[in-house]
Amino acid sequence: MDADDSSSSALETFANVDDDNNQTNHRQIISASDQLDIEAYISLYSGRTRISRLLFIADHCGGNNTMQLEALRLAFDEIKKGEDTFLMREIVKKINGRLGSGYALDEAWCDAIEKKAELKKEKLDSELNSYRTNLIKESIRMGYNDFGDFYYAHGQLGEAFKNYIRTRDYCTTSKHAIHMSLNAILVSIEMGQYPHISTHVSKAEAVLDPLDTITAAKLRCAAGLSNLFSRKYKFAARKFIETSPELGSQYNEVISSQDVAMYGGLCALATFDRTELKNKVIDNTVFRNFLELVPEVRELINDFYSSRYALCLEYLGNLKSNLLLDIHLHPHVESLYDQIRQKALIQYTHPFVSVDLNMMANAFKTTVAGLQKELESLITDNQIQARIDSHNKVLYARHDDLRNATFQRALENGRDFDRDLQSMFLRSCLLKYECSKSRIRRL
Amino acid sequence: MDPLEPLIAQIQGLSSSSADIARLHTILKHSDETLRSDSSRLYPILQLIDPSIHSLGFLYLLDAFSAASVSNQQQAEEAVPIIARFINACSVEQIRLAPEKFVSVCKRLKDLVTLLEAPIRGVAPMFTALRKLQVSAEHLTPLHAEFLMLCLLAKCYKTGLSILDDDVFEVDHPRDLYLYCYYGGMICIGQKRFQKALDLLHNVVTAPMTMMNAIVIEAYKKYILVSLIRHGQFSTSLPKYASPLAQRNLKLFCQNPCIELAQTYNNGKVAEVEAFVNANAGRFEADNNLGLAKQVVSSMYKRNIQRLTQTYLTLSLEDIANTVHLNSAKEAEMHVLQMIQDGEIYATINQKDGMVRFLEDPEQYKTCEMIEHIDSSIQRIMALSKKLTATDEQISCDQLYLSKVGRERQRYDFDDYDVPTRFNI
Repeated sequence: MDADDSSSSALETFANVDDDNNQTNHRQIISASDQLDIEAYISLYSGRTRISRLLFIADHCGGNNTMQLEALRLAFDEIKKGEDTFLMREIVKKINGRLGSGYALDEAWCDAIEKKAELKKEKLDSELNSYRTNLIKESIRMGYNDFGDFYYAHGQLGEAFKNYIRTRDYCTTSKHAIHMSLNAILVSIEMGQYPHISTHVSKAEAVLDPLDTITAAKLRCAAGLSNLFSRKYKFAARKFIETSPELGSQYNEVISSQDVAMYGGLCALATFDRTELKNKVIDNTVFRNFLELVPEVRELINDFYSSRYALCLEYLGNLKSNLLLDIHLHPHVESLYDQIRQKALIQYTHPFVSVDLNMMANAFKTTVAGLQKELESLITDNQIQARIDSHNKVLYARHDDLRNATFQRALENGRDFDRDLQSMFLRSCLLKYECSKSRIRRL
Repeated sequence: MDPLEPLIAQIQGLSSSSADIARLHTILKHSDETLRSDSSRLYPILQLIDPSIHSLGFLYLLDAFSAASVSNQQQAEEAVPIIARFINACSVEQIRLAPEKFVSVCKRLKDLVTLLEAPIRGVAPMFTALRKLQVSAEHLTPLHAEFLMLCLLAKCYKTGLSILDDDVFEVDHPRDLYLYCYYGGMICIGQKRFQKALDLLHNVVTAPMTMMNAIVIEAYKKYILVSLIRHGQFSTSLPKYASPLAQRNLKLFCQNPCIELAQTYNNGKVAEVEAFVNANAGRFEADNNLGLAKQVVSSMYKRNIQRLTQTYLTLSLEDIANTVHLNSAKEAEMHVLQMIQDGEIYATINQKDGMVRFLEDPEQYKTCEMIEHIDSSIQRIMALSKKLTATDEQISCDQLYLSKVGRERQRYDFDDYDVPTRFNI
């Protein structure tokens, strides 16, 4: 017991020393990112995802008015560059004149865009028809692809998806097939059609020619996202971790390298066990390139691994508000956080025979009563094998007596068997009765 | 001339050898009509015949006598001792020749004692009758249900338990089994042997049947409640061996508070469950299930306390009261005390500082009694599994079964070709 206590207190002091060193240089990063710099954030992305991310921020930033207006302003500028009149009307409604006359609905612009779109559509249509009469495969593919691009630019995602899919019959090389799949994935991510993502990822991965690294990395990201959406965090973590750092900003119409680090890091933290965390994340030279981009995540993973839970949880707490503004991570933040916290608690208690709750509460920066509640739910779920002495505030590890448990189980099984047989005999009696009765009736 | 006189003479004459008795039996069958028409004059005759020697004749006379002439309390007062005397004295071989008559006389005894509002007077004779009619302890007679019902009415649950411990394997009529299990379940509930009750009710609910009947529906309601008390959970899906009819219809027929209670229970909020039971007290009362429903509520408290023993080594009474939503520490103490007394948890209460210390199950599986218990369990299961093999062989040699199975698969499946030829029958 003594040894335990001293070792845990040694750990504490060690943690505290470290605390002071780290706190100073990290504090700055955290306070810098405390209020999300939208402009810097959005510059990481390109294409339509900028608009949807900005709109997401505007919808979810809570009561923060300046932030909302900033997001809306940037989104407005972004939309103006594109050709989506529907989004334009939407955002003007959202801005509601709060940004001055420069951000009102420009009817002339809309009309012009719509007219141009009409013309372009006709042109594409006639082109496609002529290709089809001539039966030139490549041209037909291009025609459908152009149609897909056209609809995508105008925000008709369903139509765009259909047209991209149509190109499949006219794909002649594996490059075309991959192109088709990537387009389909892009649209499905924006539409939120998660099941499509994984089917297209596997389709693209099934092509015969070896993929170039960047395409492979893109597909990994897409697969990771689809697993994230379907709440399979462990698979998501694996996919993100396998992503090659050559991705750079190549896929920023969907995801930035920072996102890969963040999603991968958090999912890994929530689902991997200690050895996996060490081998696949911390010692992973490839993934380290990503983690360097988001030092907070790197630090918190290291803190977690070296059992500085308070620090780790503090980082998480600081990151939370920003993560909640992320379009893909938003719905998963709470459950990931819960899982990470639970894992931290389990890991903390694991090596000890007895743990002083006061000390543990300190390490997790929480109250003893709160900690007791958390531990209680973990014990009830059988995640921690221990019992709480709430009088002396000590947690004692509990080792099941295998011998007794075996006896218990054997007797229990015997009883079940006995019972099942009895009722089976009775049922067979009744069946026999029914059977002979029906025979008598027939005779 | 009086037609009864030669009959009585025959009864008295033909009671010595088995051949005589067989002849008497045919004569009695023919004269059943006459007996019934003259039932009013049978009472003095019954005093003349010795039931232990002339059991068969006495049985026929008694049946005719009790069938017609008993309608008011005074007559019932006369009839009950006669029947009771007969049941005690009659010879086993003779009554087994006419089991239907015997059963009908016994049922009448039950009717009479219920009419007299003294069901306890029927319990002992009925038990004797049951044992006499029974070929073996594994045989379920129609009297089982009657006996259990009398026990229930007379509140002699312990007496009822004595026959529930027999294993039943042979059943004459499904209705007997349904009623036996249903009443048996109720008796076990009365004795708080919930596991046994659950098993019995389970037999009713999952019994193969071709028509819905009221017994099954009532049993299902009790089954839900007992299952909540015993296991703290209830799933509406029945095992797959239950008849499709029951699987489809039971839930529809039981549009009653029980299923709703089970759903409320699954939410895990004591207050909700309690409120629900109070709000629907009338509906439970109508089904005669109010007492059980109340036990469901108290079992929920117990279950919550039991769960605490898994988590805590020591816990103050105050905290227990808070976690399981009891009003005061005093109330929590009463609950814990009761549970310690019933052997449901192992704990000590320290009244000075209001702490409860939960202990481990002291059973170490080392005592001689435990070893004996385990040994007897093993023996029993071995016997059962032998019986199972025997039954299996018997069924696979059964003509009826084989013809049915043969009809259902006349064409050979592809799988059949894989069977080596020597295994083909």
